[in-house]
Amino acid sequence: MAMVIDGLSWILIASGVFFVVVGALGLIRMPDFYTRLHAAGMTDSIGAGCILLALALQSGFTLVTVRLLLVWAFLLLTSPVGTHALARAARAGHVEPYRAAPARRD
Amino acid sequence: MMFAVAAGGVLVSMLLAMVRTLLGPTVYDRVLAVNTFGTKTVVLIAVAGFLTGRPDFLDLCLVYALINFIGTIAVLRFFEYGGLAGRQRPDRGAD
Repeated sequence: MAMVIDGLSWILIASGVFFVVVGALGLIRMPDFYTRLHAAGMTDSIGAGCILLALALQSGFTLVTVRLLLVWAFLLLTSPVGTHALARAARAGHVEPYRAAPARRD
Repeated sequence: MMFAVAAGGVLVSMLLAMVRTLLGPTVYDRVLAVNTFGTKTVVLIAVAGFLTGRPDFLDLCLVYALINFIGTIAVLRFFEYGGLAGRQRPDRGAD
């Protein structure tokens, strides 16, 4: 049983680290602000979620797990709100979205 | 071992987010990178608590997540409306 839980934790940690690092790479490599927002949101939701779930598996049925789930639920609530506020502020601040071909409007 | 791998990966991604904070062409890029950095700090505090065998750090985690969210919203309000008091430039941010 302990081996199964350890294996599951390893898988969750590996996928969580993968998503966190890929999200950070996207934050650097993506062409404009809105696509970077997309990469950062992936880091917040699935990367942090996987790692916190692996920690919860390791701690078992204790108060620590309750706290971990609280942190996870809080991240899950605040990440979309923060992303939405950022996108709205950037839109209001006249940040133009990236286009493959430059738009001709003049 | 497991927790060390997680901490290392999160630290590497924090470094990348810091690069975007320093590069960021607009102020919104910087705010986004700092927000992501804060989320990764929350995960890093949780992992560090398990790494040192003292999971009591999770309360700090919760508080840091709160402060991170409130700080992001406050900074965004500052740049959107030009101040924290309220809407001062109604021509921006209305859409």
